[in-house]
Amino acid sequence: MNDTHEPVLRESATFDRLTIQEIQRAAETGIYDIRGGGTKRKVPHFDDLLLLGASISRYPLEGYREKCGTDVVLGTRFAKKPIHLDIPVTIAGMSFGALSAQAKEALGRGASIAGTSTTTGDGGMTPEERGQSRHLVYQYLPSRYGMNPDDLRKADAIEIVLGQGAKPGGGGMLLGMKVTERVAGMRTLPVGVDQRSACRHPDWTGPDDLAIKIAELREITDWEKPIYVKIGASRPYYDVKLAVKAGADVIVLDGMQGGTAATQEVFIEHVGIPILCAIPQAVQALQEMGMHRQVQLIVSGGIRTGADVAKAMALGADAVAIGTAALIALGDNHPRLDSELRKLGSAAGYYDDWQNGRDPAGITTQDPELAKRLDPVEGGRRLANYLRVLVLEAQTMARACGKSHLHNLDPEDLVALSVEAAAMARVPLAGTSWIPGQGY
Amino acid sequence: MKTIDLSSTPVRELNQALHVQAGAVTEREWLVTHPDGKHNLAVGLNEAVSVDIQGHSGYYCAGMNQKATITIHGNAGVGVAENMMSGLVHVKGSASQSAGATAHGGLLIIDGDAGARCGISLKGADIVVGGSVGHMSCFMGQAGRLVVCGDAGDALGDSLYETRIYVKGSVKSLGSDCIEKAMRAEHLEELTELLNRAGFDEDPASFKRYGSARQLYSFKVDNAAAY
Repeated sequence: MNDTHEPVLRESATFDRLTIQEIQRAAETGIYDIRGGGTKRKVPHFDDLLLLGASISRYPLEGYREKCGTDVVLGTRFAKKPIHLDIPVTIAGMSFGALSAQAKEALGRGASIAGTSTTTGDGGMTPEERGQSRHLVYQYLPSRYGMNPDDLRKADAIEIVLGQGAKPGGGGMLLGMKVTERVAGMRTLPVGVDQRSACRHPDWTGPDDLAIKIAELREITDWEKPIYVKIGASRPYYDVKLAVKAGADVIVLDGMQGGTAATQEVFIEHVGIPILCAIPQAVQALQEMGMHRQVQLIVSGGIRTGADVAKAMALGADAVAIGTAALIALGDNHPRLDSELRKLGSAAGYYDDWQNGRDPAGITTQDPELAKRLDPVEGGRRLANYLRVLVLEAQTMARACGKSHLHNLDPEDLVALSVEAAAMARVPLAGTSWIPGQGY
Repeated sequence: MKTIDLSSTPVRELNQALHVQAGAVTEREWLVTHPDGKHNLAVGLNEAVSVDIQGHSGYYCAGMNQKATITIHGNAGVGVAENMMSGLVHVKGSASQSAGATAHGGLLIIDGDAGARCGISLKGADIVVGGSVGHMSCFMGQAGRLVVCGDAGDALGDSLYETRIYVKGSVKSLGSDCIEKAMRAEHLEELTELLNRAGFDEDPASFKRYGSARQLYSFKVDNAAAY
């Protein structure tokens, strides 16, 4: 009788295989890992919340009969021309450079079909994007690549970017392979250089300066355009208060799960806070200032489903923004690309080397042959479908909570599945009336 | 000449009146009195008008200028002529920090000194400073020229791309990847033209040229100590 046993291999919880592999990679290359996408490890998210459908104490609306409004007006505080969107799901800023021109056009087409806005990014406004976007938000970024007053006037709103959820406090790096002649021309850079994006604006040093900067942009555009201020979620309570004091019409709050074209892995996973716990802090700041719903709040960072949309709005957001999900809707990481992605050392569903510009979906690339693979019309149709699904799902849940408009959702419609999520989202632990930190 | 007195007229009305000129120019020459350090004066102009500001301006004066000639008969606050696209901005006094930040085109003349980060992220404009500039001037400068007739502070030209810098006086220190370069004939010619346009009677031969060593254009771990 053979009394030997198969060895039981025990993986270290501290030094798991991924950690070991990363140490080995770092030892070989001497440089940190850079990748795209958002955070990959699990952090508290909307999945840790549940919506409370109606029974007796609440009265539901008929799912396929009774109306549930979805529109939202952004920029009602000061702008002469606020933006009226049909749905409260917008497209987050993503640059031409990080994305192909076809991808930017597809985002504009899809957003316009669905009645919402899209947003430029680091690198300026392309004619394709402006041409296809019914509502286009022009980002005013620290790098000011491609920034010019003519485009400012062509925009429907201006978004001053102070931070990004994936890397609050950090700048960006567009690697040289994506800095083609057109991208370099728009950014006034030599072709092929690793382009560094600044982490801070070059001409202000604090919130008092920001107030003057906002006033400058208003003066230049004759007070017509809503001014958004985008912050990466880290200290949202204080940042929101200062942005409102500086004169923002709209706050864009991006949680740590938000995507990026490229930054350090360690930054993506370890800097910033989840959107789940950022929203209540932002809402508290707005409420204390008497500005909740006066200054609109757009939240982003890992929005995937209509449930996420409904929960974000129940926590107090006026709208949400999607980035990574929009790229997936266009066709990124599609199963039909699996064999090509495996040649790149990845697989469908895992591809995140967006910085390399070799995306076979033609989305996160500047390679003209790869970019041609994305049909902007078809991509736009797919995105519009996805946006409709998000809204239909959110409406379904809102009706079940008895709400005739998505904006009527509120924290009382939510409970949390864990003590941690209850504490962060400031809603009761399911089955109790206990909100950690707030007593009974 | 149209005169606007800011002691009795809001800045909004000044800018509105100047913006209207983009539709049909009815007044080529404007005089602005009692600016008293107010912010955002004459921003977003996009027509070839002339604006004389009789006194000190606050932040972002002449921001995003296109085509216009704006003269500040005093000192200028933070970010004068920021993101200028074309035209001419002339500060008869001194300028605060971030003068000409991210400016894409046109000419900024500062008769006196400029503070820190003069020409930061410069993207193609020309800046001529009669006096000295503060630290981190031309940080991440991408294109255009900076001429300094006085001295330069610490970390001049840190992380430069292709902006060319000419300094007559001393340079306290050069930033990462910024080096002194040979002053060839074409640079003397370029500098002469810039000085002439700015109205400065300086000897081009007395200037030194600085530019990017281009060692940090692509991220290499061997250069990590430079960051």
